[in-house]
Amino acid sequence: MKVALITGGSRGIGRASGLALARDGWSVAVGYHSGKRDAKQVAATIEADGGTAITVRIDVSDESSVTDGFREVADTLGAVTGLVNNAGMTHDGLTVKYPTVTFEKTMAINVTGTFLCTRAALRGMLRSRWGRIVNISSAVALRGNPGQAAYTASKAGVLGMTRSIGREVGSRGVTVNAVCPGLVDTEMIADLPDDQRDFMIAATPLGRMATPEEVANVVRFLMSDEASYVNGAVIPVDGGLTA
Amino acid sequence: MTDMTEIDAKVRKVLAEQLAVEEALVVPEARFAEELNADSLDLVEAVLALEEEWNIEIPEEEMDGVKTVGAAINLVATKLGVS
Repeated sequence: MKVALITGGSRGIGRASGLALARDGWSVAVGYHSGKRDAKQVAATIEADGGTAITVRIDVSDESSVTDGFREVADTLGAVTGLVNNAGMTHDGLTVKYPTVTFEKTMAINVTGTFLCTRAALRGMLRSRWGRIVNISSAVALRGNPGQAAYTASKAGVLGMTRSIGREVGSRGVTVNAVCPGLVDTEMIADLPDDQRDFMIAATPLGRMATPEEVANVVRFLMSDEASYVNGAVIPVDGGLTA
Repeated sequence: MTDMTEIDAKVRKVLAEQLAVEEALVVPEARFAEELNADSLDLVEAVLALEEEWNIEIPEEEMDGVKTVGAAINLVATKLGVS
């Protein structure tokens, strides 16, 4: 029973991943926080293509919301066997003026959220001796980026977790890997000033942004049986940005 | 009605299954690490199985003192309010 839960699945990389996984035969739970309508749209698209999908509201930074969400998926589709920790936020700003509350919120969603969802998923995965966890980190976690101390701290934190948990549970047939996208054409960068966007594109050997589908392709591979020997890996999908 | 004999038997059965050992080896004095070859992940999985068997919660802090089969049996009994 392949049941995938994608947090932040209503838009961007989450949405593309959901569609890709559904094509690979996964039943998909589209997790959303505030994007209910978009999430329903993703689920509808999957179902129209002959797949199985539900939407589930999860605030990944809230322990009881995560517990409730996982129970809802288990009751509807079955226990989660594949988890894509994609829900994330960024709020850019230079450190010397950065608000504490925003720093903490970034960590709560991006790091604690990944931890809470992973912990919830592992119980069933360990029991069935099979599981896939893919964490969406970022290329900037590898090199840093001015104005993104909070974001890069959180995304680098996700890498540490990926490696540690991959070492913990690998013996039970559960793999844990991370994907580090470079600049991807999604809503998350909608407010990125033109000059910064152009700067990143100029620093990318492929000379362009990624489509969400190009990142989802790697997510889909890591979630598959074919990636059975990939564990604790950090895979940049950044057009060569961090090569 | 759940009593000590029942708890004892069930805990030993669950542990034997989880740790993939003969039930005959799962005696109260048996130490998880030394006698039953259980590493930390084996132990965690055994705790998860016990939690699900009786729908109880065993917080991480309480797991630390459980070094033998007997300690596990007593812990479950305490959770179920049996002495």
